[in-house]
Amino acid sequence: MKVLVPIKRVIDYNVKVRVKADNSGVELANVKMAMNPFDEIAVEQALRLKESGGADEVVVVSIGPTQNQETIRTGLAMGADRGIHIEASQDIEPLAVAKLLKEVVARENPGLVFVGKQAIDDDCNQTGQMLAALLGWAQGTFVSGIEVGDDHAIVVREVDGGLEHLEISMPAVVTVDLRLNEPRYASLPNIMKAKKKPLDSITVDELGVDVSPRLTVVKVEEPEARSAGIKVADVSELVNKLKNEAKVI
Amino acid sequence: MSVLVLADHDNGQLGGATLNTVTAASQIGGDIHVLVAGDTSGNVAKAAAAIFGVTKVLVANGDSLGHGIAENVAPLIQKMASDYSHLLAPATTTGKNIMPRVAALLDVMQVSDIVQIIDANTFQRPIYAGNALATVTSDEAIKIVTVRSTAFEAAAEDGGAASIEEAAVGSDAGLSNYVKSELSSSERPELTSAPIVISGGRGMQDGSNFAMLEKVADKLGAAVGASRAAVDAGFVPNDYQVGQTGKVVAPDLYVAVGISGAIQHLAGMKDSKVIVAINKDDEAPIFQVADFGLVADLFEAVPEFEKELS
Repeated sequence: MKVLVPIKRVIDYNVKVRVKADNSGVELANVKMAMNPFDEIAVEQALRLKESGGADEVVVVSIGPTQNQETIRTGLAMGADRGIHIEASQDIEPLAVAKLLKEVVARENPGLVFVGKQAIDDDCNQTGQMLAALLGWAQGTFVSGIEVGDDHAIVVREVDGGLEHLEISMPAVVTVDLRLNEPRYASLPNIMKAKKKPLDSITVDELGVDVSPRLTVVKVEEPEARSAGIKVADVSELVNKLKNEAKVI
Repeated sequence: MSVLVLADHDNGQLGGATLNTVTAASQIGGDIHVLVAGDTSGNVAKAAAAIFGVTKVLVANGDSLGHGIAENVAPLIQKMASDYSHLLAPATTTGKNIMPRVAALLDVMQVSDIVQIIDANTFQRPIYAGNALATVTSDEAIKIVTVRSTAFEAAAEDGGAASIEEAAVGSDAGLSNYVKSELSSSERPELTSAPIVISGGRGMQDGSNFAMLEKVADKLGAAVGASRAAVDAGFVPNDYQVGQTGKVVAPDLYVAVGISGAIQHLAGMKDSKVIVAINKDDEAPIFQVADFGLVADLFEAVPEFEKELS
């Protein structure tokens, strides 16, 4: 079985994002970029499945400009077998991403798609569910545990009230949550090896998908900053302030 | 214009986030209908019909809908969608699971997790974990939107007299089966709707020390939460987590105990009305957002806090 892992290139999670002065978006120039952390967890899970004999190939796919090939190489250095780069110059919304991935699935025929539950840039939390819908496949979302069988998988989902176990039929799309695993670091020899692994490039046009945006971003702004208040000397002053000043208890 | 709100519920009770989503719907304008899809006794539909502002409740009742399986619920909403200008759901794990599936079936780009409605087509939503706010316009014929419940007031639970109608259940897609749940049972209020939240972080040192916070919570009628560090360390279950990757809360009072204040955590609680931080490190970033900071050893301060409340 093949596992397909879509990966997104985003601003590194350690970077403090800055809004552009003209409010058209956030500053991306000279900012450190990295693989979306949730997608790293998806890559890791695919690799573990392969290492345990549950999969025979892990393919990573990324959509974006030429620089996305670096992100794909990161996935290959972690241990993925092959990369696919879908060249696109503009920002692509989750619905169009799902349509492009549907075409990749038709070509690659994977048994499972593992993908991060959301990207940490636009925080949409849509792509996996949309892909599952377009394929007519089962979906397991926000997954923190998985057991893969022959024609079905048991997933443990992180839901508002706790955890939920679902049996999903395969092929399926699984969107992964934080506590599923801790992704490995790529070793230097593996980084060198990754440079020789196959990486195919295709264009959005070749896949025949209309990726024109459906939403218009009117503006992006900084949220109102919260200012620090005061330090209280002891607990009784704190309780006094909460009762008489803030009136919240 | 008319708006369909997908009700959040557990088959027995209507989820509080539904009320906030109805408020969002009322800001868009037009008739407000609520869809109760599940395997319910009828109480959920009655509660939905009583919400102020709701004009019609549609009930789809069937085994295949009992656990909110997206593969079964999404086609149901897809079939009704043409009657509506907007489809809204609270951005709970259920709403987030189902709505993008509906959107893709309808070939619509969804607007996720909105915090403000500018007009019927324009919404504000946080991006980069709330470090920026984007205003987006949708030209889609049907707007599909998930709503951050803490950003909207709850609609009144009574005063409505909506009609209740049966809706077609549809067939079981046969793709997913519910196995079991491991739900935390608690007498305390639900984290995302509690008026007061008291959360513990890595500074709590051990899960058993959360009993101190629970005592305070019981005196205040508060919910107990935790930082990601505390959850990752295994002190408390995942559903306690407040933050970018956990729950977003905005109570009247948020008490952060032994929490340093990583950006990750701040993203989940910085819209609280009053923030209190108790931490022994006076340089902890949490103090930069706290209205009242107390630099103290939490193992002394928390029991004293509890005593002062008596």
